[in-house]
Amino acid sequence: MSEALALLAWGDGGWGDEMVFGAFVTLQVATLAFALGIVIGTGGAAVKLSKVRGVPLLGDLYTTLIRGVPDLITIYIIFFGGGQVAMGVAQLFGYTGYIEFDALTTGVLALGIISGAYSTEVIRGAVLAVPKGQIEAAKAAGMSTSLRFRRILVPQAARYALPGLGNVWQLTLKDTSLISVVGLVEIMRQAFVASGSTKEPFTFFVTAAVLYLALTSLSNKVFDKAEIWANRGVRRA
Amino acid sequence: MITLFDKPDTVWELIANGLPWTLTLAASSLAIGFVLAVGLALLRLSPLKPVRWAAWTYVYFFRSTPLLVQIFLIYYGLGQFEAVRDSFAWPLLREAHWCAILALTLNTTAYTSEIIRGGLQSVPWGQVEAAKACGMSVLMRFRRVIFPQAIRQALPGYGNEIVLMVKSTSLASTITLLEMTLIARKETSATFTIEPLFVAAMFYLAINFLATRGVMAIEYKLSPELRDAKRLLPLPDQQPAAR
Repeated sequence: MSEALALLAWGDGGWGDEMVFGAFVTLQVATLAFALGIVIGTGGAAVKLSKVRGVPLLGDLYTTLIRGVPDLITIYIIFFGGGQVAMGVAQLFGYTGYIEFDALTTGVLALGIISGAYSTEVIRGAVLAVPKGQIEAAKAAGMSTSLRFRRILVPQAARYALPGLGNVWQLTLKDTSLISVVGLVEIMRQAFVASGSTKEPFTFFVTAAVLYLALTSLSNKVFDKAEIWANRGVRRA
Repeated sequence: MITLFDKPDTVWELIANGLPWTLTLAASSLAIGFVLAVGLALLRLSPLKPVRWAAWTYVYFFRSTPLLVQIFLIYYGLGQFEAVRDSFAWPLLREAHWCAILALTLNTTAYTSEIIRGGLQSVPWGQVEAAKACGMSVLMRFRRVIFPQAIRQALPGYGNEIVLMVKSTSLASTITLLEMTLIARKETSATFTIEPLFVAAMFYLAINFLATRGVMAIEYKLSPELRDAKRLLPLPDQQPAAR
């Protein structure tokens, strides 16, 4: 036990600081990807709820593809193919240089696209949960489209979406471990490197598990608090 | 494991060679996991507090940590201990595929037990009372009244779990198991095209499509009360005359 603790010491002698730094990278990727996912999800929900014929189909295609294909495959496709796509786009603007995504960009982009698919469903459901009569009432009160959107739809949909988005966050947080396969030094990669050089894999993977447990438990608490705050004006039976 | 194509001509055939492993991993872990999950769900509902707590801890651990950590803990981690290396299980735990099946099984057990627990708790207590009043034993109550209804209730959630598990088998590629994802990744690295990855994606989509259709068919079969009548039964006076 004491040997294991020595391995996890802070500073040059141990891997404690490296592991904690890895946890910060994990948190960073998860946060950026989750935010990107909400942006994509909002757009996706708008596409899925569109009244123009054929447009919702595009949204269905996106969510079905992402949710039916392993996340690891999505990550590899973006890692190996994202650069080519970016170069193609850049060439349209006259840039002919070589573009390759680094591990962090790949991670944020891939996890953003993956969590975006789940967020799309959550946000779509939340928008549908806002009673239609409220929008009609806002129209009757003479509110413009943007005002209705800002004052009536968004605040209420956000409240309905919160529990679902909490689940998406947990998912994204755990999915960050997959980014280690393309070389991003987050918790998993750091644990792998450390166990390779110390020959004590169990110690480091347990440490990784504990760090993930801490992150998920902590964010659970934050989301619970946020839910209580968001529902402070709601009367429950 | 069987090889479908000895000399694959196309990328499709090449990726298809990983299909047996992908299906084996998904099917075996789902099958073993389901049985264990029923037991775990019952432990979660046990009247004894320590039992409930132990089951809760198991579920909490496996649902709060990434599957990749669990796979690495078993494949790389266990070998750290001499006791494990000397034990009878070592010839199995040394092999990537047994480790993958073990990790996937333990993982799906945790998720499935929560789905089944939800199903069990959805059965109205009045039905249990009615079954008691009919003189059914505990076992018969569970077999004839609680379990069938719980399964029906849990089925949609379990369909999602099947899809998740099929997707999760791709993580076995990280511990050198040659299933579809690893074959596709190797081919991509070798040929500098991402076509193999897309082909693998299509295979996964097809499996998941079939799996969800299968679950929907079972759902349909298990809920006759929700079906629309396909054809109206003839009214008594319209019945053909007896011969």
